[in-house]
Amino acid sequence: MKFYGRGLPYLGAPEVKGRLIVIEGPDASGRSTQISMLTEKLEAEGHAVVNTGLKRSELISQGIINAKRSLGTGKRTLSLLYAADFADQLENKIIPALRSGYLVLADRYIYTLIARDVVRGMDRKWCHDLFGFAVVPDLIFSLEVSPPELVHRVFQRQSTLDFYEAGMDMGIAEEMYSSFVKYQRLIATEFRRMQARYGMIPVKGERPPLEVEAELESRILNFLAAQTK
Amino acid sequence: MTIGSRTQETDFGKLIAVEGIDGSGKSTQVHLLEQWLRHEKLRVFKTEWNSSEVVKEITSKGKKKGTLTPTTFSLLHATDFADRYERNILPLLHAGYWVLSDRYVYTAYARDAVRGCHPEWIRRLYSFAKKPDIVFYFQVPVDIAVNRILAGRPKLKYYEAGMDLSLSNDIYESYRIFQSRITKIYDSLVRSDGLIVIDGSLAIEEQQRIVREQAARLLADGYAQGPK
Repeated sequence: MKFYGRGLPYLGAPEVKGRLIVIEGPDASGRSTQISMLTEKLEAEGHAVVNTGLKRSELISQGIINAKRSLGTGKRTLSLLYAADFADQLENKIIPALRSGYLVLADRYIYTLIARDVVRGMDRKWCHDLFGFAVVPDLIFSLEVSPPELVHRVFQRQSTLDFYEAGMDMGIAEEMYSSFVKYQRLIATEFRRMQARYGMIPVKGERPPLEVEAELESRILNFLAAQTK
Repeated sequence: MTIGSRTQETDFGKLIAVEGIDGSGKSTQVHLLEQWLRHEKLRVFKTEWNSSEVVKEITSKGKKKGTLTPTTFSLLHATDFADRYERNILPLLHAGYWVLSDRYVYTAYARDAVRGCHPEWIRRLYSFAKKPDIVFYFQVPVDIAVNRILAGRPKLKYYEAGMDLSLSNDIYESYRIFQSRITKIYDSLVRSDGLIVIDGSLAIEEQQRIVREQAARLLADGYAQGPK
């Protein structure tokens, strides 16, 4: 198991048989659809799959919701709370699954958390160092969908945009549509910055879901096959 | 100036932190310091470790369930600190207050490292925090501090005693070992971080005299004096 920074010294050097695969991308980029299709396919291939995502820690997710509701919660406070949520899932779910030989499919990882903070003006280096305890994934895919297309996808599901996903806390536009498009462009730029550093594989998300799935699946299966050689 | 960078900020207040293990007498001393500064008609604000509402519920739930890992525990304390820092400490400093902090980042340096987090990671985590004008470290022999605590409040809590570290099956023994490991780190911070050592086995009045003498130097700096 490799870590981005200082890792989790108290764990020693655990032996890991499983694989960690991350799917990144903005809301409505098709992440969850892809993950459920991939889970089915990979299990059909005989791999045991575990799904994880952000803000799903039983311990901390409610705390994040409360903190966001409470006026005056600062951005560093929120960013640390998200990091705690991630750490809880990493240590209590992801690492145990990897040790038991599972294929872990993560619906977003530290990159979304870093991008959100950096576009809000937080120090890039601090954000990266914060996640020095994160396990380096085996594969990272980033689903790319243009912001105007994202808006239409969101509106097909519901008639409102999410306050934070539209960057409304940043005061970058007068109304929500423009704010959403601007904010998502900033996030996309930050993701492109991270691509080389983290070895992210960009995947064109504006295609029929089955076509996207076929690409992800073949990349994953090729990777797994190369590992067993 | 923050601990992690060299950027100069225009802080007008004063930041004083007190550190030391449980039972070192630091809370008594910071209370007396606060009373004095108030008596001198200065604007004072006191803040305590782990007192923010943001993480209270989470921490108590996590403690009950026993699912807190050293890293989540550390991050929850950092969240608590950041919340107090962003809401109170920094704005009050900018407004010219004397901010007294009962425990500061050094508590995290010591406790989280004892729990097994990497010291450099912990330092980076807290690098946004302003370096205090003075940090008092109340140094006492572990046995004295531990006996003070055990005399008054015989029921120790699981995490408080460091039982999560599996140091000993006996909760009191675990507490002793835990506190002595923390002391070792505190002692090492004296030189690296410029902590001012106060001998916690001296009489309360004598300790306070030294504390006030040091704090008075900040007064002499001229700025940050509230209306007299």
